[in-house]
Amino acid sequence: MTTSADTPETKVSRFQVLRLISRDWLALAAVIFLLIVVGCAVFGPWLVGDLIDKPNFRARNMAPFDLSQGWTYVLGADTLGRSLLARLVVGAQNTIGIAFCAVLFSVVIGGMLGLIAGYSRGAAGTMIMRGADIVMSFPSLLLALIVLFSLGPSVTNLVLVLAITRVPIYLRTTRAEVLEVRERMFVSAAVALGANHRRILFRHIAPMVLPTLVTIGAIDFATVVLAESSLSFLGLGIQAPEFTWGAMVATGRGYLSTAWWIAFWPGLAILLTTLSLNILSSWWRTYADPQQRWRIELARSKKGIPEKRK
Amino acid sequence: MTGTHLLEVKDLTVDFLSLGGSFRATNGVSFHVDAGETLVILGESGSGKSVSASAIMGLIDTPPGDICAGSVAYRGRDLSSLSEGERRDLNGRKIAMIFQDPLSHLNPVYTIGWQMEEVFSVHGVASGGVARQRAIDILRRVGIPEPEKRIDQYPHQFSGGQRQRIMIGMAIALRPEILIADEPTTALDVSVQAQILELLKKLQAEDGLAIIMITHDLEVAANMADRVIVMKSGRIVEEGEARAVFENPAHTYTRTLINALPHGDHEAPPKRGRPAGKPILEVRNIDKFYTLSSGFFAKPARLHAVKKLSFDVAAGETIGIVGESGSGKSTVARVLLGLNEASGGEALFHGRDILKMDRKELLAFRRKVQMVFQDPYSSMNPRMTVLDIVSEPWRIHKDILEKPRWRDRVTELLGLVGLNPEHAARYPHQFSGGQRQRIAIARALACDPELVVCDEAVSALDVSVQVQVIGLLAELRDRLGLAYIFITHDLPIVRHFADRIIVMKSGEIVEHATTEEIFRSPQHAYTRQLINATPKPKWQTAADAA
Repeated sequence: MTTSADTPETKVSRFQVLRLISRDWLALAAVIFLLIVVGCAVFGPWLVGDLIDKPNFRARNMAPFDLSQGWTYVLGADTLGRSLLARLVVGAQNTIGIAFCAVLFSVVIGGMLGLIAGYSRGAAGTMIMRGADIVMSFPSLLLALIVLFSLGPSVTNLVLVLAITRVPIYLRTTRAEVLEVRERMFVSAAVALGANHRRILFRHIAPMVLPTLVTIGAIDFATVVLAESSLSFLGLGIQAPEFTWGAMVATGRGYLSTAWWIAFWPGLAILLTTLSLNILSSWWRTYADPQQRWRIELARSKKGIPEKRK
Repeated sequence: MTGTHLLEVKDLTVDFLSLGGSFRATNGVSFHVDAGETLVILGESGSGKSVSASAIMGLIDTPPGDICAGSVAYRGRDLSSLSEGERRDLNGRKIAMIFQDPLSHLNPVYTIGWQMEEVFSVHGVASGGVARQRAIDILRRVGIPEPEKRIDQYPHQFSGGQRQRIMIGMAIALRPEILIADEPTTALDVSVQAQILELLKKLQAEDGLAIIMITHDLEVAANMADRVIVMKSGRIVEEGEARAVFENPAHTYTRTLINALPHGDHEAPPKRGRPAGKPILEVRNIDKFYTLSSGFFAKPARLHAVKKLSFDVAAGETIGIVGESGSGKSTVARVLLGLNEASGGEALFHGRDILKMDRKELLAFRRKVQMVFQDPYSSMNPRMTVLDIVSEPWRIHKDILEKPRWRDRVTELLGLVGLNPEHAARYPHQFSGGQRQRIAIARALACDPELVVCDEAVSALDVSVQVQVIGLLAELRDRLGLAYIFITHDLPIVRHFADRIIVMKSGEIVEHATTEEIFRSPQHAYTRQLINATPKPKWQTAADAA
């Protein structure tokens, strides 16, 4: 552990993250894949945007790995003969944007409320918990239907609904962890030093809870993508001609026996994105824990067991 | 004793493998034990003493453990040649083990009767009513009152000492020949410890048990041992007859250990001029109740944890508060620091009542009074570096020190408590227990307190480290003029440190006098019991009896 470089500590650690992640090929692959997805989301419409709604009747239900219509048709085409590759690239923007915003909102809102509910011993905590119970006891799809039907389908409303239905998960997890961490000795020690509530919550308790939330968030990402697609399927989510990976899976579902690739490629994209997020979040959790960090500092050196450590 | 020993361990070398490399836990350890004899393996944490015992029981998981060399032979038979079934049969029937923490080794959801009967039925010795009757007999033998009634109770309904008795009962249920006791009394109060040691001796005399006892406590070792081996960093540094080792230690490490003992009946405590002056803290009639949740219709029960407690502390003075678990001594500390609220009474710090302070006053008060907690493993945030931990008081009390000078002051404080200042960027888990407690002391000193409350601050540490930490506290007291409230269950440890001692029992002060008086002429029976509870060496008791 040679992190004792004294002065520019933050700079060193920033490079250190990159160096360490490059040593773990799995985490590295996850990072590269996510960078590609983000790249697609940002530059996709500009690169292949004109291909996504151009029907090509010669390419209807074209099987993948056939280059007769050019390289953009390498993943095949859908029932209207539109390039699946182009639609995947462009669909990344809506998919990632909606899911990321929804997960971010629910983590932030759920985490904050959970911190308050776990830390305060008064009525506020009880009220927050009962609120969460109400949201949880309401079928989330029904809630989404009512909200989207009354407010009208739009991307903002979609994100809002998806976030609200996921909040109780983060809220309950956070609260349970806070209840445990709050009783730890170092929290008492901080109180004895005179630390105020804000300091205890954000310096001492929140950093212990955050890794759990990030891990759940990474897993939840796929759930949110699919929930969004089911809403879109019902016509309350994203409106055509806009589309997402989830919506692509939903439309491809009817052709699974004749043209499996229509649903398969977007499904694979969702799977790989979620998997990468999972790998990365688990890597980060290890990295962020000082007691675990040596594992990634030493791991995968592929030289068997390194020299004796004290 | 000719030929083979009952149990013989030869050249045992155990490695633990991890991603970070291998760690040699024991290195060429050899010892033997015969019937009716007690062998004590003495060593501090990390010396490999528990690993040696686990190897006998075959409890080392491989991997990560790796028994590189050596053999364990029972009556001349190499245990590594046995099949798993034979091994299981031997464990429990011939060789039994008791552990440090009886609560975590008894299953909380079964009655103790069920668990004891299981011992018999697993080994196919007895079952049903016969097993039950035998379990009752054993409970009686290990000194559980009314065994017929209590056999149907659950582990949490017994006290710590009783649970350890039950564990011992389960271990001797099948009349083993060898009993391995891994720190059997460490978690217990001194007076209970004495009873458990007596019980072990009684069972040994009756059954001719061979006992291998693992401990870090020299007094327990001297009290039990016929022979002693002293371990350090996985090696045996000294072995021999108990009396010879204790009175004439050959190895320097053994000598340090024995000199580290805070006792010694002859030497008088060093005289320290009693600091005169106005008391900085006056505690008047502090009361503390805990309301226990109870049945639906029953009246809520109340636990009177602290009853009408009064004392005061002068500047630069050290008060020792001594008591066993449940005596309310930690509650006092928490109340004085405002971590718990008192149910009544007042505590005046420089004439202002701590219990009625508003937030601003409390903040100012907490600069002047600091606390060092018992367990250095949990009293520091594991995600903060030492630099962050020690400088946290300055983040909270913004006017103490401006930020650019923090690093220098942390360096200074770490030097003051005897740590390498270059380690400021490390995290707490990279330090040993004693070093962590030094970090905690550095944090406590960061805002120049007048009073430091130490709640069992050295109890979790090894004996030689305890002495170092107390030495450090004493030195800081003399240099910085600190006052201490030193809370402990170990009376002898405060002998050379405290000016006055308060002995507490069930929330009340039973005796309050200067340290010298307490040790010279203890007035209360309980104080005498605490002083005498320190186990006496076996050879002395044998001589007294003759």
